[in-house]
Amino acid sequence: MIEILDCPMPVTVQDAGRPGYRHLGVPLSGALDPDFLAIANALVGNPASSAALELRLLGLRLRATAPLTLALAGACSAQIEDVSGELRPAAAWDSHSLAQGETLIVGKLHDGIAYLAFAGGLDLPEVLGSRSTYVRAGIGGLDGRALKAGDCLKVGAGTRPNPLRLPQPPRPPDGPLRIVPGPQREYFTDDAWSRLLGDEFVISREADRMGLRLDGPRLEHDPERGADIVSDAVTPGVIQVPGDGRPIILLADCQTVGGYPKIATVIGADLPRLGRVLPGQTLRFVEVGIDQALAARRQAANDLAACLAGMVPSGAQLDLIALYNTNLIDGVIDARQANQP
Amino acid sequence: MKPRLLDLGDGALTLELGDRIDAALNAKVMAARDSLVALRLDGISDVVPTYRSLTVHFDPLRLDRNMLGRRLLEAALAPSQESALATRWLIPVVFGEEFGPDLAEVARVTGHSEAAVIDALCAIELRVFLIGFLPGFPYLGELPEWLRLPRLATPRAAVPANSLAIAGAQAAVYPWASPGGWHLLGRTPARLFDLNDATRPALLAPGDTVRFTPVSRDEFDRLATAVALRELDAAQWQAK
Repeated sequence: MIEILDCPMPVTVQDAGRPGYRHLGVPLSGALDPDFLAIANALVGNPASSAALELRLLGLRLRATAPLTLALAGACSAQIEDVSGELRPAAAWDSHSLAQGETLIVGKLHDGIAYLAFAGGLDLPEVLGSRSTYVRAGIGGLDGRALKAGDCLKVGAGTRPNPLRLPQPPRPPDGPLRIVPGPQREYFTDDAWSRLLGDEFVISREADRMGLRLDGPRLEHDPERGADIVSDAVTPGVIQVPGDGRPIILLADCQTVGGYPKIATVIGADLPRLGRVLPGQTLRFVEVGIDQALAARRQAANDLAACLAGMVPSGAQLDLIALYNTNLIDGVIDARQANQP
Repeated sequence: MKPRLLDLGDGALTLELGDRIDAALNAKVMAARDSLVALRLDGISDVVPTYRSLTVHFDPLRLDRNMLGRRLLEAALAPSQESALATRWLIPVVFGEEFGPDLAEVARVTGHSEAAVIDALCAIELRVFLIGFLPGFPYLGELPEWLRLPRLATPRAAVPANSLAIAGAQAAVYPWASPGGWHLLGRTPARLFDLNDATRPALLAPGDTVRFTPVSRDEFDRLATAVALRELDAAQWQAK
């Protein structure tokens, strides 16, 4: 079990989300940054889609009530405090063992988001095929809500983990967010489209798991068409623009349908980046074609696979890493087994 | 309007069939849905029909986008007969008093008796145009012209779950307690969303039809108790 001692910002349980129910109005939900979730899980030997804790902006403190292994994906400063009050560092992109009674302290999240995975996953009931928390309807996670001090979560019983470390954390992507024109691009003036591509936008404080409202230039609707459409489907990454002209980028917890014109959609490969942005940060957009979006998605999937394959045993010294890399040619699984005690 | 494909990012495609709220148009959407679903294409995660369009969420690394686009345009041609996936429901409702606090006002504003409002609402077969806003929240239509009212000037902070409400040409039943600005006419004992049923968590699905039937307060209590004890399941509310 883990006991939450303190969490200053909302912490929710998330996994790969709840696909298959959007026709019934159930949002997709799931990790805002599925890449980081997959990495955190891989570090402790979990399947990529296991449920983990999604931390935003600031970390948390939690106590292990039984020995456990955990890992953090997402740049952050973290420490482990033993029962005598001694602190030791708990680096991100690495797995760590906590003895009974030890406390994990996660401070500021430099990436704005981080995932904390536990070997064996979190033992919570699946709701409609997922453990992801959708707070608005109180679905999934722990009682359908964000965690608070005093909450206890059961860690799943699993095989004994073979803790891993990621020697090369993924490079933070830069450059403008790539977008494709949206279903209602024609609802906007050419001037609005030029502004979307040419100007800088700022993430406002109105930012949660449903979406990010942007400050900056107003995007004007074509006066002939107006700012209302007969509702149709939306998806995470959609940039919709209500009548006030302030764009909103939809995220994982967005509703399934919406009545605002959609000027553009952030491509799938860049969606994880939206989980890492913070209020006050600036954003730029660049237009790509669907073919480029698909190529980028393929590239992102390959990059993640390479990242997961590049993990080494936690605490391994250089010679072991060299040995591991040599063995890579025979496959990752063999290499890991070779290093087992 | 000619059917056309719209890009909803690289992981979803929307087949747009029109731009109005209209029963015949919605029937075409459901026919296209039925036709596409029958293909059982690999790599699709969600098929979402709306008033006027059909959106497919898919993994473009598993399902060829151009092929899906062609299938969607073919599905647009499907004849709009009664949807094979649709269910007809008969949903009991207790009207008025604390269950429907706006019934008296709706009757007054429309110049009809409360009984006439109830009769009119229960006389029509309503179509589930769309599920959205909240999990399982059905947009039902269409109401007779004289029963179409603007939303409340001040929305309620909390509408009780299972409330039957109307606004404009539409009716809805709230599956969850939520804020809401529609006129509350009554309440149903039926369970509208069941998180424990992963096969079909929402009672109503897009394309279904619904008729409401008035019940007494005693009958409402009896049914609500049976639902709570799980002595009645969703099949109970299917129209015979």
